[in-house]
Amino acid sequence: MADILFYIFAAMTIGSAVAVVINPNAVNSALAFLVGLLGVSGLFVLLDSFLLAVLMILVYAGAVVALFLFIIMLLDMQGGERKPFSRPTAVAGFIGAALLAVCATSLLQGIGALETAEAGSAIGVGANLKHYADQLFTTYLLPVQVVGFLLLIAMLGVIVLSKKFEGLEDIK
Amino acid sequence: MIDLYLSLPIWVQAAIKGLIAIGFLIPVAGACSLAERKVSAWIQGRPGPNRARAWGLGYIPILGPILQRLGVFHLMADGAKFVFKEDVVPGHVNKFYYYLAPLVALVPSLCTVVVVPFGAYFDAASETLKPLILADVDVGILAVFAIGSLSVYALILAGWASNSKYPFLGGVRASAQLISYELSMTLSVIPVFLWVNAPGPEATLSLFAVVESQSQAGLFGGMWFVFLMPMCAFIFLVSLFAETNRQPFDMPESEADLVGGFHTEYGEFKWSIFFVAEYAHMTIGSAVFVLLFLGGWNPLPWVPLEPLIAGLPVWLGGLLGAAFFLGKTFFFIFLFMWVRWTLPRFRYDQVMRLGWQKLLPLAIANVIFYALAIAVIERS
Repeated sequence: MADILFYIFAAMTIGSAVAVVINPNAVNSALAFLVGLLGVSGLFVLLDSFLLAVLMILVYAGAVVALFLFIIMLLDMQGGERKPFSRPTAVAGFIGAALLAVCATSLLQGIGALETAEAGSAIGVGANLKHYADQLFTTYLLPVQVVGFLLLIAMLGVIVLSKKFEGLEDIK
Repeated sequence: MIDLYLSLPIWVQAAIKGLIAIGFLIPVAGACSLAERKVSAWIQGRPGPNRARAWGLGYIPILGPILQRLGVFHLMADGAKFVFKEDVVPGHVNKFYYYLAPLVALVPSLCTVVVVPFGAYFDAASETLKPLILADVDVGILAVFAIGSLSVYALILAGWASNSKYPFLGGVRASAQLISYELSMTLSVIPVFLWVNAPGPEATLSLFAVVESQSQAGLFGGMWFVFLMPMCAFIFLVSLFAETNRQPFDMPESEADLVGGFHTEYGEFKWSIFFVAEYAHMTIGSAVFVLLFLGGWNPLPWVPLEPLIAGLPVWLGGLLGAAFFLGKTFFFIFLFMWVRWTLPRFRYDQVMRLGWQKLLPLAIANVIFYALAIAVIERS
């Protein structure tokens, strides 16, 4: 039973992930992403990590994708004309490619470097609410803060990129 | 009978239980639509629907006229009308999403019932109270919020797929409103669970544990959380009105400025599915409010259910608990209607300002206040 469910959810996740990438319509992509998230949370349930499954739906499916859809519909994106590359874009692209290369090489070097553990001995961090919260506020406190800061930077970036500052002299 | 049931495979048992719960929820949602019309008539001082009469039932002596006066036959006539009307689909809609949206509305609102306990029975073997629930998961309230948050897609999709201006505005307003008020709603229940979970290795978010903690002995133990945390209850209730799209927050619909809002292009059975979903949502929301703040199935504050039903047969005790619980839930459904016919609708900018500038800071201050207060009480 659990095996069949695993294959169903896995197929759902991978299929919709592919659909997100290849679909030309942005609304279809966002909804395929939603289906993929539901598949991932189904996989979490099969791993007995009910908390992670629920958080996945609550945060990503319930709020983030809703915002995506909101923005796609509001802007009514049709995939307009692409601007030629400017210098900052080229620099950013180069940095992004370099980061990808670093990640890929470290991944290739790291194959087999980690010890494989018995499935039963793994600590179910996502299974128990208290355990999860404890880990979040002790072991992983710094990574969580760093990721939060990254999100803040991304948000500021969106404001700077999308808002037109003409006529607002005091902000400049 | 019971042996036969227990001998079935586990997924068949789950399917039977789920179908019974849905078979209860959908008639309740239908009855709500009748109650809405009767309550609105009562509040406005008119008789309300009382003319329709079924050929056979209406002529039963005494009972027939009473049923007619209550408008029960209107409910049946409405239901039959929705099923048999011609299925008109406007030519300019996006067909796939147009058909998908009512389903997306109905499925989450029926799924939340899985994790909401609707009563309790006294288990003689372990001498404790056990919940009547489809799936007693540890993440209780989070699961309700998670599944409930998916219902926003119905409004967005219906508004977008209709491919015309007013439904689109309704859909956009819906998504903005639901996302805004979800924050306050989630924040408002944090103090409840801080109070329920004593310091220790175990923690739970289950709704059954919340009711259990409201049925202890002593002044604070038996106190319903609506008395202990009135501000939480108030914020939760306001957010609940916004989340279920009820007046004064029915921005996605707002007949006065958006024709019919997101469902302008919908008719007949698809339209009625939206309404069943809305009433089901309202029922579950009221049930969660009763569990969190009004002591669930305990008949009165400081009067827990457990000693009352300990001596009774299991089925009678369970029925009593469920009756107390449903009575309170139905009162809250009545409150939804009462407010609808009492308060005027907000303007859209007022809804947003209320949500972000008033309710959210209030909810955050509330969490900080109760966190400090609970820490002080736990220390002493």
